[in-house]
Amino acid sequence: MNTQSNAMNESSIQSQGSAPAAVSAARLMYWSIRREIWENRAIYIAPLAAAAVFLFGFVIHTIIMRIRIDASGLDPSQPHGFLAHYELSASLIMGTGLIVGIFYSLDSLYGERRDRSILFWKSLPVSDLTTVLSKLAIPIMILPLLSFAITLVTQFIMLVMSSVILLGSGVNIAALWTQVSFFRVSLVLLYHLLTVHGLYYAPIYGWLLMVSAWAPRAPFIWAFLPPFVICGLEKIAFNTSYLLTLLEERLVGGRESSMSTNDHAKDFAGALIPHHFFGQPSLWIGLAIAAVFLAVAVRLRRRRGPL
Amino acid sequence: MTVIEARGLRKAFGTNIALDGVDLRVDEGRILGIIGPNGAGKTTALNAILGLTPFQGELRVLGRDPWAERDRLMSDVCFIADVAVLPRWMRVSQALDYVEGVHPRFDRAKAEALLAKTTIKHARKIRHLSKGMVAQLHLALVMAIDARLLVLDEPTLGLDILFRKQFYDSLLNDYFDRSRTILVTTHQVEELQHILTDLMFIDRGRIVLNCSMEEFESRYLEVTVNPGQVAPARALKPIYERQVFGRNILLFDLKFDRGIDSNIDRQQLAALGEVRTPSIADLFVAVVGNQSGAAQGAAQ
Repeated sequence: MNTQSNAMNESSIQSQGSAPAAVSAARLMYWSIRREIWENRAIYIAPLAAAAVFLFGFVIHTIIMRIRIDASGLDPSQPHGFLAHYELSASLIMGTGLIVGIFYSLDSLYGERRDRSILFWKSLPVSDLTTVLSKLAIPIMILPLLSFAITLVTQFIMLVMSSVILLGSGVNIAALWTQVSFFRVSLVLLYHLLTVHGLYYAPIYGWLLMVSAWAPRAPFIWAFLPPFVICGLEKIAFNTSYLLTLLEERLVGGRESSMSTNDHAKDFAGALIPHHFFGQPSLWIGLAIAAVFLAVAVRLRRRRGPL
Repeated sequence: MTVIEARGLRKAFGTNIALDGVDLRVDEGRILGIIGPNGAGKTTALNAILGLTPFQGELRVLGRDPWAERDRLMSDVCFIADVAVLPRWMRVSQALDYVEGVHPRFDRAKAEALLAKTTIKHARKIRHLSKGMVAQLHLALVMAIDARLLVLDEPTLGLDILFRKQFYDSLLNDYFDRSRTILVTTHQVEELQHILTDLMFIDRGRIVLNCSMEEFESRYLEVTVNPGQVAPARALKPIYERQVFGRNILLFDLKFDRGIDSNIDRQQLAALGEVRTPSIADLFVAVVGNQSGAAQGAAQ
């Protein structure tokens, strides 16, 4: 690419009429996302830290369990809530990702105006659409995939560590590995992350990005206060709480609706069939609203200069 | 080849008119200095040219509508808004990687060569660089881009005199050639006087002077009038008069309409005192200051 532009440099008079050199859309997106990760290192540090903290707690728990088995003859044939721990590790890392995603989205288009760097970004041939989409990709794609990878590694380390700690205690190590059903659980997790965090939460991130592009200051307040006030108003005026229910459903409803049953271990195949999830109008309405929010965010970013 | 062409460019913020029907044409290979008081509309004009703000009227930059095609235009246009816009969290190496990644006309080797002349280290974060180093880095990034139009809005604001000198030297020696065009605004006019090929004064959203430097030098003369010859000098209708150390300094516009057969020339003025080309700053005071004076006079 550079040698090409050098050649053009030499013959810049001829290049006047020619089509401008262009960078492919995929390359622009790649560098835009990379730039976001450079700037917001919490994207990977926070889930890693959550995993590390969890692993530390888990090691202590397992050692205590070993001591109890050895000392008081606790029944080693019971798994003692091991499965729950695996789910907990996934939830903790996922939750961390969610929090990082919310704060990231709120700050992204506001922060570049606050520190005036928007003038630098706008001096480069990257469109506002590419920029906004790259910022959306962080919470709906990068964070879920990262959470998945970190969860997978964490759970594997958990299995190895518990096997080592409990070796010779009478606990059936082999059963431990089969009970956890590593492959199956991780597939469910990946599916959950991509559908719920990626698609079902898209309007939430769209809203946050739009507020972030618009807010003259304090995007956090602008993002959370209006829905809060409207909920209160609705309650006082009509004694109803449709908006609250709607928001609640959006936040917690995704989990149930993405899987036809909560218990992934029992009905694994049924849980993964996505027809139920993709057949819901609420998903598509949500995506349409997300598209509107994003379109507004792109327009705002185009007009807005530094604060 | 016309780089910028504007007709009737207007922009208002509420009732405040920032640009009031500006007509402008900048050809390739020019270095145009835009001088104006604060709030005169310089930055608004540059923002319109760069596609950062919507506007009324007609404006084409390199044949494109900047507001509609900012991202495509930026393949051929570079700008330095002021010294503080490089993202502070970025490392120097990341800035190089990123611009190389997204810009089709960025020459990494050239940027590295320019940086090698400075004391900037690749691993440093921009927040840890001095103001002058940030300007050097930004200039290195911009100069490594084979752009056709470079826009500088107060590029040396807040830099010390050594950095300012170096900045313009570097720009002229390592960057400028006849196929490029540079637009620059600054308050430090005296540093630009020998760099510019064209000069534009803008005041209250209007262009009040627009000429090439050749024209500027042949048209405007400043005379330090000999004592005793002030009255005949004043009779020649100077556009501005000031006093320095008790001497009267009169500024003449040779094209000023004095009526038929009463035009003056250089010899005539040389007889009255010491003649030289005025500084841009002095002409600015004469032209822009005079205008507000005339407006006041009309009001009285």
